[in-house]
Amino acid sequence: MARVLVNVALKPEILDPQGRAVMGALGRLGLSGVADVRQGKQFVLTIDGDVDDEKLAQIHEIASTLLSNPVIEDFTVEVRP
Amino acid sequence: MNVDKVSDAAASPQLRQPFIELGLRENEYEAIREILGRRPTSSELAMYSVMWSEHCSYKSSKVHLRQFGSKVPKNDSMLVGIGENAGVVDIGQGWAVTFKVESHNHPSYVEPYQGAATGIGGIVRDIISMGARPVAVMDPLRFGDPEHPDTRRVLTGIVSGIGGYGNCLGLPNIGGEIVFDPSYQGNPLVNALCVGTMKHKDIHLAKATGIGNAVILYGARTGGDGIGGVSVLASETFDADGPAKRPSVQVGDPFMEKLLIECTLEVLHAGLVEGIQDLGGAGISCATSELASNGEGGMHVWLDRVLLRDSTLSPEEILMSESQERMCAVVEPAKIDAFMAVCEKWDVEAVVIGEVNNSGRLTVEWHGEEIVNVPPRSVAHDGPVYERPYARPDWMDARQTSGPENLVRPKSASEVKQTWLTMTGTPNLASKSWVTSQYDRYVMGNTVLSQPEDSGMIRVDEVTGLGVAVSTDCNARFVALDPYKGAQLALAESYRNVAVTGAKPLAVTNCLNFGSPEDPAVMWQFEQAVTGLADACLEMGTPVTGGNVSFYNQTGEVAIHPTPVIGVLGVIENVERRTPMAWGLDGEFVYVLGTTRDELAGSEWAHAIHAHLGGRPPILDLQSEMALADILVAGSAQELFSAAHDVSEGGIAQTLAEMAMRSGVGVRLAVPAGLDSFTFLWSESATRAIVVVKQNRNDEFLALCESKEFPVTRIGAVDSLSKSIELAGVFGETISLDITELRAISEETLPRLFG
Amino acid sequence: MTPRVGVITFPGSLDDKDAARAVQLAGGESVSLWHADADLHSVDAVVLPGGFSYGDYLRCGAIAKFAPVMEKLVDAANGGLPILGICNGFQVLTESYLLPGALTRNDHLHFICRDQKLRIENNSSAWTSNFEVGQEILIPLKNGEGGYVADENTLDELEGEGRVIARYLEINPNGSRRDIAGITNARGNVVGIMPHPEHAVEKLTGPTTDGLGFFTSLLSSLVKTGKVSA
Repeated sequence: MARVLVNVALKPEILDPQGRAVMGALGRLGLSGVADVRQGKQFVLTIDGDVDDEKLAQIHEIASTLLSNPVIEDFTVEVRP
Repeated sequence: MNVDKVSDAAASPQLRQPFIELGLRENEYEAIREILGRRPTSSELAMYSVMWSEHCSYKSSKVHLRQFGSKVPKNDSMLVGIGENAGVVDIGQGWAVTFKVESHNHPSYVEPYQGAATGIGGIVRDIISMGARPVAVMDPLRFGDPEHPDTRRVLTGIVSGIGGYGNCLGLPNIGGEIVFDPSYQGNPLVNALCVGTMKHKDIHLAKATGIGNAVILYGARTGGDGIGGVSVLASETFDADGPAKRPSVQVGDPFMEKLLIECTLEVLHAGLVEGIQDLGGAGISCATSELASNGEGGMHVWLDRVLLRDSTLSPEEILMSESQERMCAVVEPAKIDAFMAVCEKWDVEAVVIGEVNNSGRLTVEWHGEEIVNVPPRSVAHDGPVYERPYARPDWMDARQTSGPENLVRPKSASEVKQTWLTMTGTPNLASKSWVTSQYDRYVMGNTVLSQPEDSGMIRVDEVTGLGVAVSTDCNARFVALDPYKGAQLALAESYRNVAVTGAKPLAVTNCLNFGSPEDPAVMWQFEQAVTGLADACLEMGTPVTGGNVSFYNQTGEVAIHPTPVIGVLGVIENVERRTPMAWGLDGEFVYVLGTTRDELAGSEWAHAIHAHLGGRPPILDLQSEMALADILVAGSAQELFSAAHDVSEGGIAQTLAEMAMRSGVGVRLAVPAGLDSFTFLWSESATRAIVVVKQNRNDEFLALCESKEFPVTRIGAVDSLSKSIELAGVFGETISLDITELRAISEETLPRLFG
Repeated sequence: MTPRVGVITFPGSLDDKDAARAVQLAGGESVSLWHADADLHSVDAVVLPGGFSYGDYLRCGAIAKFAPVMEKLVDAANGGLPILGICNGFQVLTESYLLPGALTRNDHLHFICRDQKLRIENNSSAWTSNFEVGQEILIPLKNGEGGYVADENTLDELEGEGRVIARYLEINPNGSRRDIAGITNARGNVVGIMPHPEHAVEKLTGPTTDGLGFFTSLLSSLVKTGKVSA
């Protein structure tokens, strides 16, 4: 069993109103010195067996066609044992 | 897992059980033992604890609510009366309408978004379980002081939740209320109303008939949502430290609910279902015991077949779970495959969990062991009934005698104008569009009128134009001043709001929000309000078709104002003839229907300007109210009116301001003889409306009023070239209010407070 | 022969019945298409309606794009079939790459339902041919994720090629770049629009009947291209 984390975030040039709203709230809660907040998503895939290269390639494909919208989002893939 | 079986219960009568922690009282626990002839198993104890909670069993309110059944007015339109999930009203042309309002108050204070969202989910399922397609929702909401920081937390969460859930379901939000009063600070009221339509032949009832029929649980999987929510949250007042009971709140999935609606309507229309019930408060305990007691009287359930989201749940937790978006259907064995096929089409999970029998018992087994064996009626219908002591509190005398007579009134024309401008921007009177623009009012394409119009009106038949109108109202200050009269005034206002748009009022639903029933003063308010409402419904010919009671709305010793929210549903033959509130044609005459007296007790003026509550509420003559409604409905049918709007909070000043802002066009008016300008503008006398009559139809209109012997006074005319409300006769002067300025004042309040 | 316009229903589609009504009022015959049915049933055009397909889970329109019917739709689009994506439908079109750009969360974070003024910028698409360029219309808008975004090159290309079909006037209700309310593909057969023309087809229920023009335009286009006889 392995876990694969796919982190999806809006591309830097895309407006992130949710991140901005969170940033406003941090200020109201007394946390100062926060330069920026971006809100993203994390998908945790629990995979039977090991994650070999073929599986990893499949996951990358899924990440770019389903889990993220490449027009506005970037993603990273991380394997956890 | 060691499960407590029926055989264990029989063998160990002396076992100490945590009934107090589950919200049951000593006498109730003893009653259960007596019914069963032994101690209950822990699963049975769980079932009784949720089903006998105040929210589910109505144990404190039943004795009074019986009046709705005994004082039923003769009304040929009722197809299904009180007692079912929702009442059903015949509106003609083979169509029937069902509607109901319910509360989700306590969960919405704890978790505003989900509390409000799941409130809509619950009421929508009540409507589909009657066999109707839901066509609209409305939300009467009440919050504390608008300037208090916690009000912002609660209001923004609730509004987001209503929009987030309702918009995704595809139900237009066509009306509701937003009221602010400090008495709701720790106890916001979130009442949710849903209207559904169907053809007569599609009416379905919640009963399990047909021995051998399968009981199918379908929809979302069962998880740990709201375990104990009902008995823990609704039967307990909050302590002054605020919300700490977070884990018990249910979480909603509107997409699943949308699938459930389509799936359910499809199986109903295909004739695949004998009985149907939604799972709301008390989940499976409620659905199975109610279906069983309404049908042949017996049911066997295999609880381990329930599909779970969380495999660690115990049988007690499964029985108590309030996971959302679940329904229960009773299906003939021969139709099971077809039923399952429809579920699969909609990607809705379904599983047979039980079977109808005539044993007269509800039995539940868990992996082959019997863990529940009870008479279903004892759980669902024959719960404890309390005659709570009630007594008029001493402070009522002081409250009723300290009226608004000595409150300082405006003394000059400029003070009147300033008061008018100020009042227009007070939170209770200000524009609610900042909130309502977060709701979809267009989906389904049949919304003919929606907020801020007096009623929400939906076209039911696209060919004939047959439609229904709904309004929800309650002036809780009037109820606080006199619960009997106040409840009647609430009914009158809702009745009037339906009639003023051209629909004939037919039926009533109610959401009775009160403090603790263990407080005799609150119980007295409840008894008075219910009696007042029942008496008024009888006289006005509009039966109560169903409703909801929410008790324990108080923080510590401080109860909310008694708030019986009344929903009235009316029918209109052709929605094309409805009467909107925006006037427009130059020169058309503006009239006041009804009599204005010096009645400022409990008024918005007294509240907003002087923070005063005292005196007696306005006089109400129900016969007169009915005459007014007749004029408004007949006038609408004969297309006499360009516009009409009822007079309520904020008096005529507010009514005129709203009509002017809606249309953007001015009027030239004069205070009628015999009244001073202040009283004319801000009195809240009942049974009044402002109408604008079409050119050349004035004689017919006046004749109509005369035939009803109803007072009418012309006050002016529309001036389409003007952009202001001009009022003559104000301390000898004429004042002029610019509509653009009024709009700016009205529209800035809510965004400033909550945006 | 009455033109047949398909309206696709995904789980969670909400304005499909309204789209069907609009088609009928314009003089066409609406054909209900099911997401799981990989068959367009020879319709002359398709509408992807508004709503919350798949609950807007993952991203709006992201799951709908994989529905069996969509493969057929993409082929048909490439073959010139007129397609109108309204709101959620527009989102499905961008997710399917039939139109460039993407729709993101409204900049003010609220769902907004309002009567929106638009200016028609292009009347050579299949769905806007009956309008005048510069014509101002008023139709309902209702969305939470309506902010149109694309990179600068794409935006310049859209503007340069006249492929913006409608623009927000007076108020930009969702933060869309360059006030873009709707766009078309190069060929002019695929149009995506955020506001809801199908809710402005009857005086009784809409702010105007301006929305009908989208559907009558389609019928005119079909006659003109010989797809159906007049």
